[in-house]
Amino acid sequence: MRVPVSWLRDHVALPEGSATPTVAQIADAFVRAGLEVEAVHQLGPVSGPLVVGRVLEIEELTGFAKPIRYCLVDDDESAPRGVICGATNFAVGDLVVLARPGTVLPGDFAIAARTAYGRTSDGMICSAAELRLGDDHTGIIVLTADAAVPGDSAVEVLGLDDAVIELAITPDRGYCLSARGLARELAIAFDVDYVDPGLREVPQTHAAAWPVRIEDERGCHRFLVRQVSGLDPAAESPWWMRRRLQLAGMRPISLAVDVTNYVMLELGQPMHAFDATKLDGDLVVRRAAEGEKLTTLDGVCRELDPDDMVICDSTGPVSLAAVMGGESTEIGPQTTSLLLEAAIWDPASVARAARRHKLPSEAARRFERGVDPALPPVAAELAATLLTRYGGGEILSGRTDVGARSGQLSVVMPIDLPDRVAGRTYARGATVHRLSQIGCAVQVGGADATTTVTVAPPSWRPDLTQPADLVEEVLRLEGYDTIPSELPPAPPGRGLTATQRRRRTISRALAGAGYVEVLPSPFVSASTWDAFGLPEGDPRRHTVALLNPLESDRDQLATTLLPGLLEALIRNVARGQREVALYGMAQVVQPHANAAAMPDPGVLGRPSDAEVAALIGALPGQPLHVGTVLAGQWERSGWWGPGRPVTWADAVQAARLVGHAAGVELAVRAVAMPPWHPGRCAQLQVDGQPVGFAGELHPAVVDALGLPPRTCAMELDLDGLPLTDRHPAPVVSPYPPVLQDVALVVDATVPAAELTATLRRGAGELLEDVRLFDVYTGDQIGAGKRSLAFALRFRAPDRTLTAAEATAARDAAVTAAIQTHHATLRS
Amino acid sequence: MSGTNDAYDPKQVAALTPEALAQAVEDAERAFAQAADLEELAAVKPAHLGDRSPLLTARREIGALPPKARAEAGKRLNSSRTAVQSAFDQRRAALGVERDSRTLREEAVDVTLPWDRVPVGARHPITALCERIADVFVAMGYEVAEGPELEAEWFNFDALNFPKDHPARTMQDSFYVAPEGSGMVLRTHTSPVQIRALLERELPVYVVCPGRTFRTDALDATHTPVFHQIEGLAVDKGITMAHLKGTLDAFARAMFGDTSRIRLRPSFFPFTEPSAEPDVWFPEKKGGPGWVEWGGCGMVNPNVLRACGIDPDVYSGFAFGMGIERTLMFRNGIADMRDMVEGDVRFTRAFGMEA
Repeated sequence: MRVPVSWLRDHVALPEGSATPTVAQIADAFVRAGLEVEAVHQLGPVSGPLVVGRVLEIEELTGFAKPIRYCLVDDDESAPRGVICGATNFAVGDLVVLARPGTVLPGDFAIAARTAYGRTSDGMICSAAELRLGDDHTGIIVLTADAAVPGDSAVEVLGLDDAVIELAITPDRGYCLSARGLARELAIAFDVDYVDPGLREVPQTHAAAWPVRIEDERGCHRFLVRQVSGLDPAAESPWWMRRRLQLAGMRPISLAVDVTNYVMLELGQPMHAFDATKLDGDLVVRRAAEGEKLTTLDGVCRELDPDDMVICDSTGPVSLAAVMGGESTEIGPQTTSLLLEAAIWDPASVARAARRHKLPSEAARRFERGVDPALPPVAAELAATLLTRYGGGEILSGRTDVGARSGQLSVVMPIDLPDRVAGRTYARGATVHRLSQIGCAVQVGGADATTTVTVAPPSWRPDLTQPADLVEEVLRLEGYDTIPSELPPAPPGRGLTATQRRRRTISRALAGAGYVEVLPSPFVSASTWDAFGLPEGDPRRHTVALLNPLESDRDQLATTLLPGLLEALIRNVARGQREVALYGMAQVVQPHANAAAMPDPGVLGRPSDAEVAALIGALPGQPLHVGTVLAGQWERSGWWGPGRPVTWADAVQAARLVGHAAGVELAVRAVAMPPWHPGRCAQLQVDGQPVGFAGELHPAVVDALGLPPRTCAMELDLDGLPLTDRHPAPVVSPYPPVLQDVALVVDATVPAAELTATLRRGAGELLEDVRLFDVYTGDQIGAGKRSLAFALRFRAPDRTLTAAEATAARDAAVTAAIQTHHATLRS
Repeated sequence: MSGTNDAYDPKQVAALTPEALAQAVEDAERAFAQAADLEELAAVKPAHLGDRSPLLTARREIGALPPKARAEAGKRLNSSRTAVQSAFDQRRAALGVERDSRTLREEAVDVTLPWDRVPVGARHPITALCERIADVFVAMGYEVAEGPELEAEWFNFDALNFPKDHPARTMQDSFYVAPEGSGMVLRTHTSPVQIRALLERELPVYVVCPGRTFRTDALDATHTPVFHQIEGLAVDKGITMAHLKGTLDAFARAMFGDTSRIRLRPSFFPFTEPSAEPDVWFPEKKGGPGWVEWGGCGMVNPNVLRACGIDPDVYSGFAFGMGIERTLMFRNGIADMRDMVEGDVRFTRAFGMEA
């Protein structure tokens, strides 16, 4: 909402002269009242001789690419002034705004006499845009004949010392989308008189203006029409109105349109004007019928929805209520008779219709927030008066006013509730005073007639429905800065949960190990799954799709972190990083196979436990995942020697690191799982359950995504890792160990992890540690075989172990390996 | 060698005369001092401390002295021997130190050589700041509550007193998910976690809820469709707006130093009434200390308490929420929102492990 300060001064008796508040003080008062000031636009600055002039002669210059006029302008100096002008929207006798040489317009635009098109231009005739009064470049300003006389200072006539305040109005303050509402707030802030233009008396009349029937009273609460006839269709809006509209951000169009817009900005009542001669028969206000169509003012033929409120005559719908009028009854250049509509529409219906037809408008914005239901007669009267004042004609005597008006409910509240909510004591009478200021009718009652207030909110405050709403009014008007600062009594907290502590530990462990954290994007394109080589039916393809994605091809919610992580990796590589190791932790969205429909338990009370469970159960699974991606060298080359590229083993190690940080040992098993290399992919398991995968990516995936060669990746479902707490302490033996090495030859297909597990099992309790220290393949052991060399460390908890005992245990381990894996001892 | 002769005059045994012994000691000391290193010292050692050294040779002459002279000569001989041995030990120690320090000198390296052999990791400043804020509130007795990012509209809107079709709902620029009317939305704020906390927990409830949130703002220097918020909620008997202000003041001091504080401007949020927008006094503000807009807050709307089955005549509460990205931007002087989103390692490494 943009409003010139001068407009507000029409209604608020702000002090004049030296006591008058500055624009900054006015803006500050709005902020303290809870109206966000987005900008303050000071008009001008203009210096020098900017004056009103009258056009005496127009000579059309020919032979140029665009129309050029050479004008003689009377500016109350000894001789008319010759000025070149590129606009054509004026005629001889018009009053215009003339910048004499020496004038400096906004933007340091200095005007001097200059030669152009073979003539000397002794000044400039100004447009609204050049004076920063609007963005209308299409023509110059033409003042109404009675606005001024030649030679008058145009700065005064145009109000170039004015300022425009731009406010963001919160949805509860619909009444502040008008000069009327803003002026009330300003009057309260400066504690000065205010005459509410929305409470003007209107002349009584018992005649009807037009037959109207409301068939859907839930959609339309009030419908009022008033008729004006005999208008001069060529009449133009007065300059002051056009100026205010432009400063408020609206484009002047015609007297009828300008007047309805002006009334909306002044009072907050959106209006519509029909060409009365184009209406046929009674007006009916109802929901649209299935299949009905309406061609709206913008020339678009719209399919109506049975939820749309429409105004119909005998031909069918002629207006999409509160959203846009119809073309068939549009005001044209011949219109002399207008039917003015001022109605009150159901906010939710308007909101749905505006959204459905993608027609957000100033009118819809106001109706969605609630328009004062008492306004229609006042607004219609103001519009009719302005039309006849500037367009001639007369207001016909009848007024039709139909609808079921429901009174607003009173609110009863303890008189000290504001004190109890604020945590301070207000001066006696503050509650009554403040509520009266905003327009409430307040009655004090209760015990001793002093303990409660019964508050009837004014018609323009539909947001005041409960005591808390009234409390806010008292607190904000008394000033939030008067609320003290104190801490609530501290409850005993239990600290972070085990899950929360674990997440921090994992994050620090990965960062400590050399990975850089990124925040992977949750939005994925379906083509990513093709690039990943996922088969049809892969659960990762089963995604939740967005209805309104920002990028149409990235419309799915990620079921895995890898696309987002790889995207960040590619970006880093593109920016010249060669060694990239990234990690990310985030929720992924994994829909259930047969998700139940989302219930709606309402908000009148606590939903039952079953309803809460149903709400939560209808949501997809959203486990927390952690992933890493890495490419380039893990160890760089340098003065110490050569580097080492990242390998599948680094990715698996990252998984083990996460397991270690979580206090869980992950078992590793070879699997084939896209997008990983089928021979270099490890599945990580806990208690036999898969919790993730790690390894080198499939070369085809690397190609398809444009990744660095041999890119590796890991992803784990952290929700799949059991929580560990209170680890049991180990027994640490003080006795010396016995070390024995053993090399076993097995089929190359035997996984090292399985052979190690067998040795561990076979060696028994004396085995403290087993470590694979060498893997050999080659001629000495034959094709399809490999030799794995282990260092075994034996130790007893209670005595010094003898070599014989250790050898016996080692032999048992080897025997187990021979039996289980057909191993042979390598000599 | 002379035979035993009780009447023998010790002065006649030349090797045992004080002069001879002194000469032997002096010769030894000179030889040791002249040894340049441990090898030379070892080489000259036999000549002065070995079996054929003058002192050892002289010892064998003692028997030639008359008995009464032997004790004195032995004493003289022993002290000479001690002197020589001590000279040797001292010299060997000195040469040992000299050798050690030479070795250490030779083994010296350039310790300024870089060791960027293994990668250096870092945590994202968003993560670090979320944790830091959570810690401030955990220290005040709050607990950290969480919830899913794809949320039921009932939690994200209905229970938070957003009427259906109300402009406050459409103002949130939500991402909706298929099918139309699914009743789900990517949470537009962390406030649905308030509702979950109030339904799940025993009163009183003091929680903070950090998390990822979503709105349909295209990515540019000051907007991102995916961002983070931290939400605070206290519901207890007798909670006032003064408590809200005091809590935010304490939060501001913990984050921005002892001179920081909060001021409140009236505003509107469906789930709070009265509502306010806090400004925080930021001493390090670009261009000089000043107020910075810092989220939204207010007293929990009684309708929200009712939707959670809490009697608003008995309990009251306050709630507040801040954008983490926005906080980082003014706190750490980040000029472009995209830096926090794109995952450029050069940006994140600069923060190390904390923000």
